[in-house]
Amino acid sequence: MRNLYDKADVGRFLRHLVDGIAAEFPADQPLNIVGIRTRGELVAARLAGELSNRGFSHLGRGVLDITLYRDDLSEIGPGPMVRPTRLDIPLDANPCILVDDVLFTGRSVRAALNLLNDFGRPKVIRLAVLVDRNGRELPIQPDYVGLTLKDVQRDCRVNVHLVEKDGVDEVVVEPKGC
Amino acid sequence: MTAESADVRWTRKHLLSLEELSADEIRFVLDTADTFKEVSKRSIKKVPALRGRVMVNAFFEDSTRTRTSFSLAASRLSADVLDFSEKGSSVSKGETLIDTARNIEAMGVDIIVIRHPAPGAAVLLARHTQCSIVNAGDGAHEHPTQGLLDLYTIREKFGRIEGLKVAIVGDIVNSRVARSNLWGLTKLGAEVILVGPPTLVPKAFEKLGAKVVHDFDQIIGSVDVVNMLRVQFERIKSSQFPSVREFTRFFGLTQERFTRCKPGVFVMHPGPMNRGIEISSGIADGPQSGILQQVTNGLAVRMAVLYLVTQAGSATK
Repeated sequence: MRNLYDKADVGRFLRHLVDGIAAEFPADQPLNIVGIRTRGELVAARLAGELSNRGFSHLGRGVLDITLYRDDLSEIGPGPMVRPTRLDIPLDANPCILVDDVLFTGRSVRAALNLLNDFGRPKVIRLAVLVDRNGRELPIQPDYVGLTLKDVQRDCRVNVHLVEKDGVDEVVVEPKGC
Repeated sequence: MTAESADVRWTRKHLLSLEELSADEIRFVLDTADTFKEVSKRSIKKVPALRGRVMVNAFFEDSTRTRTSFSLAASRLSADVLDFSEKGSSVSKGETLIDTARNIEAMGVDIIVIRHPAPGAAVLLARHTQCSIVNAGDGAHEHPTQGLLDLYTIREKFGRIEGLKVAIVGDIVNSRVARSNLWGLTKLGAEVILVGPPTLVPKAFEKLGAKVVHDFDQIIGSVDVVNMLRVQFERIKSSQFPSVREFTRFFGLTQERFTRCKPGVFVMHPGPMNRGIEISSGIADGPQSGILQQVTNGLAVRMAVLYLVTQAGSATK
């Protein structure tokens, strides 16, 4: 297994996600792209940009902060800042693509689904992730995947780095604590 | 969000005073409150963050705003709320504060919000119980969530706190609100002017970094914010206070005095108001008053505080 995917790979993963979404949804109908803070938000922005290039003209954009919906308050430790959720889009009756960088245990997605549910009732919710890695703890599976990693060791992290935040586009697999 | 608070982490299990907080910690609470203000604008104004936690309101003094605000804040975080009041409790049978608190704690409570006439009551509980303690007013010492919501409201109005001139007017010596405001405002870089008669505003306050002025009219035209405190008739000794009419004449925010304020002056009051004594009704209800905004923001600030102390408390368990 490679442990590093570079800029070209990340571009390929993103295109793959966009291909899948564009094949399912018509470009002239409303489609909401909602990212999970922080890197899911960035992946969502990339997807929305590319979909827009391909003629999607009714894109709604939103950002979810799932901190208040997590089930592990006692484990996350002191203080990462909770930030606002931004969903000023017509959520009801429109399809919604939920976007995250890495799908691992499924708990973030569970939290995001609960949060979305408090804001409205999308017609369908699809899950798009840049990387799908093994280690699921909940029955949650992605609909669109850029890269599948099936045998990452439990004590390793899959980290997505993106230019906007990290100065470089890459996916790395590294031991925890790095 | 300010850049400085990006790397700060909240580690305090209790909120006892603003004196003990750093400027970064204060900004951290205010930034977190921004998020909870967003929650209060949703159609479903409730998040599951504190589901399964229990908060007790332990009030040994009367309160309307603070008590209901903490209750609602806890409800919106999905915590369960217990109300305890001194009247009708075993306190009247002579139970000590620590024993009362330990008994409440033994029921599996996570947060005790305490208001008490004795300064230091919250600190005492923090030392003798395992719960998170939030000070909702201890004597004339501090009322940190009021200080935070005042800071939040000023920051929301002006976009900053640094460099502003803030007058706190009236009964300073008996006021925990004044002390919390003074600590918070000076830490965040505002200039604080305490205004009132010498009996209610001793010069000693200058040691805490404030300017003390006994003539309201001397500074009225130069301040950005006027925070009018309630005349606390239940605490004031008669020798400290001239007469209501004389107080209003020299230190009340009357319509006439208001005309000499800066054009954009922001008027605040922690409530409950004595209308016509420290503040004229027309000003309190007027367009430059932030008084109800303070109450609205109090909810967001208290949600932030309850969330942060619980999170830090959980991490240390």
